[in-house]
Amino acid sequence: MPYGEALALQRALVEERVHSRAEAERTVGAPGVKNDLLLLVEHPHVLTLGVRGDGGRSHILASDETLAARRIEVFEAGRGGDITYHGPGQVVGYPIVDLKPDRCDVHRYVRDLEEVLIRTAADYGVDAGRVEGLTGVWVGRDKLAAIGVRISRWITSHGFAFNVTTDLDYFNLIVPCGIADRGVTSLERLLGRAVGWRDVEDRIAAHFCGVFDRTASSIGPVELKS
Amino acid sequence: MATDVVMPQMGESIAEGTIVRWIKKVGDKVDRDEPLFEISTDKVDAEIPSPAAGVLAEIRAKEGETVPVNSIVAVIGAAGEAKAAPAAQTPTAPAVKPVEPPEPTAQGDGASGVRGAGQPTPSRVELGLQSRPQQTEDAIRQRSSPLVRKIAKEHHVDISQLHGSGIAGRVTKADILQFIGREEQQGWAGSASAASKTGAATARQGAQASSLPAAPGLEHGEHDVVEKMSVMRKRIAEHMVLSRHTSAHVHSVFEVNFARVAQIRDAKKAEFERAGAKLTYLSFIIKAAVDALRSMPIVNSSVDGDSIIYHKDINVGIAVALDWGLIVPVIKHADEKNLLGVTRAVADLASRARSKQLKPDDVQGGTFTITNPGVFGALLGTPIINQPQVAILGVGNVEKRPVVVDDAIAIRPMAYLTLGYDHRVIDGAVADQFMSLVKRSLENWDPGVS
Repeated sequence: MPYGEALALQRALVEERVHSRAEAERTVGAPGVKNDLLLLVEHPHVLTLGVRGDGGRSHILASDETLAARRIEVFEAGRGGDITYHGPGQVVGYPIVDLKPDRCDVHRYVRDLEEVLIRTAADYGVDAGRVEGLTGVWVGRDKLAAIGVRISRWITSHGFAFNVTTDLDYFNLIVPCGIADRGVTSLERLLGRAVGWRDVEDRIAAHFCGVFDRTASSIGPVELKS
Repeated sequence: MATDVVMPQMGESIAEGTIVRWIKKVGDKVDRDEPLFEISTDKVDAEIPSPAAGVLAEIRAKEGETVPVNSIVAVIGAAGEAKAAPAAQTPTAPAVKPVEPPEPTAQGDGASGVRGAGQPTPSRVELGLQSRPQQTEDAIRQRSSPLVRKIAKEHHVDISQLHGSGIAGRVTKADILQFIGREEQQGWAGSASAASKTGAATARQGAQASSLPAAPGLEHGEHDVVEKMSVMRKRIAEHMVLSRHTSAHVHSVFEVNFARVAQIRDAKKAEFERAGAKLTYLSFIIKAAVDALRSMPIVNSSVDGDSIIYHKDINVGIAVALDWGLIVPVIKHADEKNLLGVTRAVADLASRARSKQLKPDDVQGGTFTITNPGVFGALLGTPIINQPQVAILGVGNVEKRPVVVDDAIAIRPMAYLTLGYDHRVIDGAVADQFMSLVKRSLENWDPGVS
């Protein structure tokens, strides 16, 4: 799914959540209906920037010409964090979750996302963990998954990018997340074998439900409307 | 009454926050809960709503500044207090806001798949509150994608009896096709490379998403109706402006005598009808254009930086007008189809476009576009190129006109055909050569070439 569309879809979904919550608050006694979503997508090659400072634009190492020649777009994503790369072979997760009323803590949310991915990696026998001060999921000195989040009235968007069979060469175009002295890795590289895309998706979804104390109530492709 | 706006506590362990952006300026009117500024902490960017309605009277923490939690970053004054506030504002009335229906979302109305997505639609995991897992599992299996349900229905398959390989046992398209014994492995897998190919173009379009400019000095009159653009409308708007900015548009108009085509069409009409197809002028025009494209590959190309990409495939997009907008489904490998094949493809794409049944793949990969303003009576059009293509053929209304034939005035079915082309790579002589080829094959149609 092209990044721009994912961005628009998230925006629309967050908007919808804000509306429906306001609606629920107006209706006295109405049960707070929760419709949290976890979108799992794969993007074509794209570089996305955070909001802080220049968003990490200075961390693009490749020239504009190289980016154009390789058909890599650059987006301002409006999320936290520095620059990152998305592309084929990477499971990108966008949870649209209402953190109200009991999870209003952005640090906890980020740690929870890390937990989901650490557990997913563990399913494959990969011992991934956290590094103090460097958000993300790490194996040794290499980053397996990146996290960048936006919260709007405690409704989350953006999320994480988990390298499954990502072509890691693309990260050479940038300084990932602005951290120069560390590398990136993928599940495939760590295991030395191919991993089923859908299997990874399944596990991420299952662990997400576990960590966030939710039950998957329906699963299927989003029907994109226009 | 002034209200202080403080740096919110975004988490137990968070002592400070950085202001990334002020969404409102001093003097701006704000509603309660309207986004006021954005802060950033760790890897999280958060939008902070205004605690009160009024006018932003003062900003105390600048963009880029990091301040402790609970320190005052701004002051909201009551609407009446600020000098800048419009006088007409009554204190009790909510701020005048254009009517904004919620953005169309996954629950909204409209067609699926017509957005030109570069990838299969994302997996969606809907997380509800804890419920009985047993029941849910069944529900999940039942809740396959509409496409899978459609296939299941067509083939009288009970989805709940299938073993699904998707998330939590979801029955995927591959599962059901395998079950039915068909190996039509299109769509899901294998589309990654296609996605990265076309994705770039689509993404570029997306990059312009926020660039729809506000009309300068436009004020909404009392009787004006303000309506949010649909997603499709926005995409069209962005795409058209993008194209105008990208290509050096030039148009060349040719007049074509359709007498010969009309003759052949009448002769073949019955034969086509027996085959279940309605033969139209458009089918002939597509065939003629495809032949010309084959002879002149530059017209079937794209520009990438300072390179020209000659496309091997000839995929012809056909603009289809919809009540709610416009879509350009693509006849893939149009050069491999005969007249009947092309006719069928057009009918199929147009009807699926109108019934909102197009798949993302149906609207991608076009290398040339034909648009037909003539159906609405236009003599000719000056169409905008469908990026990243370099040319578009506009077809005017075919109507009987007096023309000079062998120094006598005769009545012939005539039409103006316009080629809109990108002068960056196609010069006038080349464009006219292309149009001459189209004109020649239409006027001297060889009935053997069907």
